[in-house]
Amino acid sequence: MTYLSDVAALTRKDLRVELRARDTLPAMLLFVLSTLVVFHFALPEGTGESAAYGLLWVAIVFTALLGLARAWVPEHEHGVLDSLVLAPCDRSAIWLGKTLATLVFLLAAQAVALPAFVLFFAPLDATALAGVLLADLGICAVGSLVAALAAAGRARELLLPLLFLPLAIPLVVGGVGAAISPDGGRYLLLLALYDAIFAVLSWASFEYVVTES
Amino acid sequence: MGLALLMALFVAPEDADQGVSQRIFYIHVPIALTAYYCFGLGAWKALRLLWRGEERYDLESYVAIHQGTIFGALTLITGSIWAKASWGVWWTWDSNQLVLFLTLFLFYCAYFMLRFSLPEGPRRARSSAVYALFGVALIPVSFLAIRLAEDFIHPTTFTREGPQMTGTMFATFCVAWAAVTLLAYVLYRVELAGKRADRDLRELRELLS
Repeated sequence: MTYLSDVAALTRKDLRVELRARDTLPAMLLFVLSTLVVFHFALPEGTGESAAYGLLWVAIVFTALLGLARAWVPEHEHGVLDSLVLAPCDRSAIWLGKTLATLVFLLAAQAVALPAFVLFFAPLDATALAGVLLADLGICAVGSLVAALAAAGRARELLLPLLFLPLAIPLVVGGVGAAISPDGGRYLLLLALYDAIFAVLSWASFEYVVTES
Repeated sequence: MGLALLMALFVAPEDADQGVSQRIFYIHVPIALTAYYCFGLGAWKALRLLWRGEERYDLESYVAIHQGTIFGALTLITGSIWAKASWGVWWTWDSNQLVLFLTLFLFYCAYFMLRFSLPEGPRRARSSAVYALFGVALIPVSFLAIRLAEDFIHPTTFTREGPQMTGTMFATFCVAWAAVTLLAYVLYRVELAGKRADRDLRELRELLS
């Protein structure tokens, strides 16, 4: 139970930092809305709904990238990460806390983006929404680990998209498939499989990313 | 080792005379398979590094992935040439394998970006190892995803015409396969030796200065 309370404390810390500083979430919200508006002009007339679903996923992935790029910045600016690593808790709790906090930001951004998408472009059914939720899990689980990898290097803003996008390809396939395929269940399965594999992998390997030796 | 190179250079093309566009098959498929086990080997070494913490696995993992990326790039090139010869286009999203290789190629290029942006040391070794492990998990998942994606990107799947493999063709294929594998192994050893010599030299220089 201490593990869960550690995770909860870490998530709360991230959310509180965000509530006070308001660095990330307003940027994500504005970004996703402006992306949707840009897509309206990028899509020629009569392209149809399928193309719009594809673009929704581009918007989601890039919005998540925006949030992930900021994810470890507070830790690095104030040297918090070193203290967290030294703290007597399991290191994977740090990853899980960050994943949950990022998930909250992403869901908040989508709470605005998805209604806007329905309003501007095309309706979303239950399968599509389930696809969004499952993909969010995968994006945040993989993304917070990859962001931690990128944060250690030079030019981290540059590195993160390069590291993250190839890993996100199956998520985009699953998400778009769930939205437009008549047989969306298979894509949800793919997303669930992805989430399971990569969440376990990230959970197990996070310790090696943040420790020095 | 010399024999392996000779085989790769001479034996495989010599036997491969069953039609012009089929010929590249003997190079393309073994290269692709070799790239897979280079990636697999890289991930295995990465796992050993995280498990045992021995520093030498870092270089071995890096070299294996480096070889894998080179073979992956060659797969893309030969695949593209083959596509041009038999389907008339340089690139087709119909071929699952090609798309998978493109994904993997991008992924492993990012691996090098990550590696070169970190300062040398145990931290870099571990970070690269973790990312390399993500790579092997990505291979089956992407394969599945690309298979599924065919449904909505291309409703009709492309069936390749051409004869079943006969005995001699299969033999040629096996020879080519063995040759390319050996070639990859030789290159792996050579690069590893080179990189180790490089490192030792640098250490000596630091000691002397």
